[in-house]
Amino acid sequence: MGGTASKLPKDLLSEYQELTFLTKQEILLAHKRFSELQGRENGPYSSRVSMEKVLTLPELKSNPFRKRICHVFSTSDLRDGSLTFEDFLDLLSAFSDSATLEIKSHYAFRIFDFDDDGTLDARDLEKLVNCLTGETDDTRLTVEEMRQLISNILEESDIDKDGTVNLSEFQHVISRSPDFVSSFKIVL
Amino acid sequence: MMDAPDAVFWDRPAPVGHLLLDQLPSYQSLLYRRKSSVRRRGSGWGSGRSRQLSVSSGKWAEQTHSGEELRPVRELPKNMQDKRREKQQRLQQGGALTGWGLWRLNVHRSLKRLKEDGVDLLSALQLWRTDIHLIEGMFGTGILSYFSFLRFLVLLNFIMFLLMFVFVMLPVILTSHTSHNITYSSTNVSECSVYPASSRQGLVAFHEHITDLLSGTGFLERTYLFYGYYNLEFIHSHFTYNLPLAYLLATVSYLLLSLVWIVKRSASGFKRKLIQDEDRFQSFCNKIFAGWDFCITNENAARLKRSSLLYEMKTDLEEERIKRRMANRTRGERCRIYVLRAGLNLFVMAVLVTCFYCIYVATVFSQRKQVEGAKSAFLQELVVEYLPSIVITLANFITPLIFSLIITFEDYSPAFEIRFTLMRCVFMRLASIGVLLFSLWVQITFCGSSECPCGYNHEIYPCWETHVGQEMYKLVIFDFLIIAAVTVFVEFPRKIIVNHCDHGLVRWWGQQEFAVPQNVLEIVYGQTICWIGTFYCPLLPAINTVKYVLVFYLKKVSLVTNCRPATRPFRASSSHFFFLVVLLIGLALASVPVTVSIAEIQASRACGPFVSYSTSWQVVPRGITQLPPGLRSFLLALASEAFAVSFFVITCLGMFYVIALAGAHKRVIEQLRDQLAMEGRDKRFLIQKLYQAQQASFGRSADSKGLRRNRADTGLCLVEPSVVLETQA
Repeated sequence: MGGTASKLPKDLLSEYQELTFLTKQEILLAHKRFSELQGRENGPYSSRVSMEKVLTLPELKSNPFRKRICHVFSTSDLRDGSLTFEDFLDLLSAFSDSATLEIKSHYAFRIFDFDDDGTLDARDLEKLVNCLTGETDDTRLTVEEMRQLISNILEESDIDKDGTVNLSEFQHVISRSPDFVSSFKIVL
Repeated sequence: MMDAPDAVFWDRPAPVGHLLLDQLPSYQSLLYRRKSSVRRRGSGWGSGRSRQLSVSSGKWAEQTHSGEELRPVRELPKNMQDKRREKQQRLQQGGALTGWGLWRLNVHRSLKRLKEDGVDLLSALQLWRTDIHLIEGMFGTGILSYFSFLRFLVLLNFIMFLLMFVFVMLPVILTSHTSHNITYSSTNVSECSVYPASSRQGLVAFHEHITDLLSGTGFLERTYLFYGYYNLEFIHSHFTYNLPLAYLLATVSYLLLSLVWIVKRSASGFKRKLIQDEDRFQSFCNKIFAGWDFCITNENAARLKRSSLLYEMKTDLEEERIKRRMANRTRGERCRIYVLRAGLNLFVMAVLVTCFYCIYVATVFSQRKQVEGAKSAFLQELVVEYLPSIVITLANFITPLIFSLIITFEDYSPAFEIRFTLMRCVFMRLASIGVLLFSLWVQITFCGSSECPCGYNHEIYPCWETHVGQEMYKLVIFDFLIIAAVTVFVEFPRKIIVNHCDHGLVRWWGQQEFAVPQNVLEIVYGQTICWIGTFYCPLLPAINTVKYVLVFYLKKVSLVTNCRPATRPFRASSSHFFFLVVLLIGLALASVPVTVSIAEIQASRACGPFVSYSTSWQVVPRGITQLPPGLRSFLLALASEAFAVSFFVITCLGMFYVIALAGAHKRVIEQLRDQLAMEGRDKRFLIQKLYQAQQASFGRSADSKGLRRNRADTGLCLVEPSVVLETQA
C-alpha cells in the first residue's frame, strides 16, 4: 500500500473520460484502487498487475468468469491475463452503467467464448453452464439435462442453424434479453 | 428441432474450421482479434487449428470497418491504445479545422462534459444510493428491484404531498396568519349543516388520547389532517382563490401524475415484454447469458446464487418436460382436469366471497359500535375501531396459503402456477379495500326505511368525508404496525431459534427468505389506500412517505441480518414490469371510489369546502361559467359529444393502424429468419460441392504433379477432411 495516492494528470483524465464510459469520479476511484493493487504510488501507467493480484479485488473475487474477464481485457503479449491501468479502465468502462448494449454484448461474447475461436459452440456453452452452476460434481446438471439445455439455447439463438452462436446471433439474442443490462454491471 | 445435417454439428465435438469458411467476408467482418497478435500467431499455435489469412482478408476487414467511423470512439470494442490510435486517425482525416470549426468542436465537447457532470451530480443525490448498492452486492438484482421500487414510491408520495400542500393547505395556513378577505362556505339547508363537536369533553384519560391518535378521532378530527377542516370557499387578495376548485383539481392531478409517471417507468419494460417470445415464461438464453449478476461481491451470496441458478435451470428443464407431457394428454384426462379446475375455481370464489362478507360484517359492526359511543375499556375500544383492518389483514394472511395449496391440484406448469397464485393474491388484497369502502358507503347512505333528506345519513355522519378519511388513516397506521410487528416479533426470533436450536421441525421451517412478491403486494396495498384516502385526508401522502422510509430501513436491516436469498429467485426484469402492472391495477382501483364519490355522492353540508355544491364535481361547471367567454366556449366544445365521438374514432383508427403495422413487421421477421436459415444451408451445400470438386481435381493433379497440397497463394485452401458434411437430400 502506498502512502499518498498520486494524482492523475488532468489531460490524461479528460482523455480517459472521452475514451471510456466512466465519469471523472469513477476514473479517480479506479486509479486509487489500482494503485493499491500495484502496491506503490507512482507506478507508470503502463505497468502491469498480475492476474492473481487483480483477482483479489472483491468485485472479481467471487465471479465465476474472473479469469476469462482478465484474459479478455488483457493486452499483454504473454497472454497471462495481467492488466495495465488502461486495461482496467477498459474493463470498468465495458461493465459500467452507461456502456452501450453493443459494447456489453461484444465483451460478453468474448468472455463466454472459452476457446477464443469466434463462435460459441456446444463445448463453450457447456463450460458456461458449468461455470454458472458450480464446478463440483453435485452441482452440475446431468448429461441428459445438459443436452436438453444446450439444444434449447441453440434453438433460440442459432438463426442460421450451423450449431454455433456467432457474434451477431449473440447480439441479437442479447438485445431481446431484458436482464442482461442490469446484470452485466460492475461498479466499484 | 434441428434436422439431420445440423445434428452432425453438435453430436460430435465442434468441426474444425474450414479454411474456406474463414475467408468469407461475413467471417472477416466478425473477426475481432488484434491484427498484430494474429500475425504473430499466424502459423499454428498448437490448438490444432491453422488459420491462414489470405492476403485479401485485410481488405475485407477495412471495408467493413468503414461504417464505424460515424460512432463515437468510446463505443468501439477495442482496447485503449487502439481507441487512441483511432481518435488520432479521425483527427488527421478530419483535417485542419479552421478557427470556427475548432471553436464549435470545443464548445460541443465542453457542453457534453458539463452534461455528464450534471448527470453525475444528480445520481450522487439519489436517495439511498449506498444502501441499495450494498443490497445489490449481497443479494443480486432481484431483491434490489423491490428496494428501488420502494424508493420510487417514496418519491411519488412526497410529490403528491407537495401538490396537496401547495394548492390546498398552504392557502389555508396563510389565511390563518394573515388577514385576507375570506368567504366561508355556507349553505341554506339548515338541518344538514349541524356539525356537533366531536372532541371529548371533561376529564380525558390518557389512553383515550392514544385511541384518538391512532384512529384520528377526538382532538385530531378538526385539524389539517382531515377534509372537514377546509371549509373556506374563496380567498380574496390580489385575485380570488377558489379553494374547492383547487382541492378538486389537486386530487385529479395527483391521480394523473401517478398514472403518467408509472406508465413512463414501465414503458421500457413493456416494450421488451412485447418483443420477447410470448409462449416462454423466461427464455433459456436470458437465463444463461444474463444469468450471473456481475455485481455480487459477497462469497456467500455467490455460492447461493450458483445454487439458485442450478435450481432454476433444473426447474425450467423439468417444466419443459411437463409441458411436453401435458401436450400429450388424452381427451379423457383433459376433461377430468378441466372439471377439476372449474370446481376448484368455484371453491376459490367461495373463499373470496366469505372473506368479503366477513369484512362487510366487521365494518358494519365497527361502525355501529362507534356510533353508539358507549365507553369501554381501552383495548376493547381500539379493537372495535380497528376491526375492519384486523379482518382484512387476517384474510390477506390466510388466503395466500389456501391459494398456494389449491393450485397444486390444478396441474398447471410451475411457472404458470406462480403467476396465477400471485394474480389471485393481488385481486384479494385490492378487492378487500373495495369491499370496505362499499360497506362504508352503504352505512353512510342508509337512513332507515325512508330516503335520506340530505343524500346521506346526516345524524350519524354529519361529516362523512372526514369519517372515510379516518378509516383510511386507520388502515395506513395498522398496515405499518403489522409490518413492523412481523419484522420485529417474527423474523428476528425466527433467526435466533434457527441458529441455536437444532430440532428437525425448526430446520424444516428454515431461515427466512425474502419473498419479493408478497412484500411488493404489501406496499402496493398501502399505496392504493393512500391514493383513495388523500382526497379525504390531505396529509396522508406525508404519513405514507414517512411510513415507507421507515419500512425501507426495517426491511433492509431485517434482510441483512435475517434472510437468505430465495431458492426460486424472482427475475429482475419481469419483476419490475410485474410491480408496475400491479401498481397500475391499484391505481385503477383507487380512482374508482374517488371518482364515484366526487361525481355521484352528495358532499356533506356540515363541513369541508364543497358545502354549497350538490356534488363535489359541481364546482367545475360553476367555475367554467365564470371564465371569459372565449375560453368557456372552447372548454364546452371539448366536453361536447361531437368532439368526444370524433376523438374516439380517430384513436381507434390510430390503434388499428399500429396493430396492423406490428403484425406486418412480425411476418417480415419470420420470413427473414427462414431466409437466413436457408442461406446458411445453401452456403454449406456449396462448400461441400467445392470440397468435392477440389478433391477430384487434386486427385487428378496429384497424379500428374506428385503434390498433394496446394498453398494459400492460389486463393484456395485445402479443407481439412476431418468432418464430412452431409448435404440435404
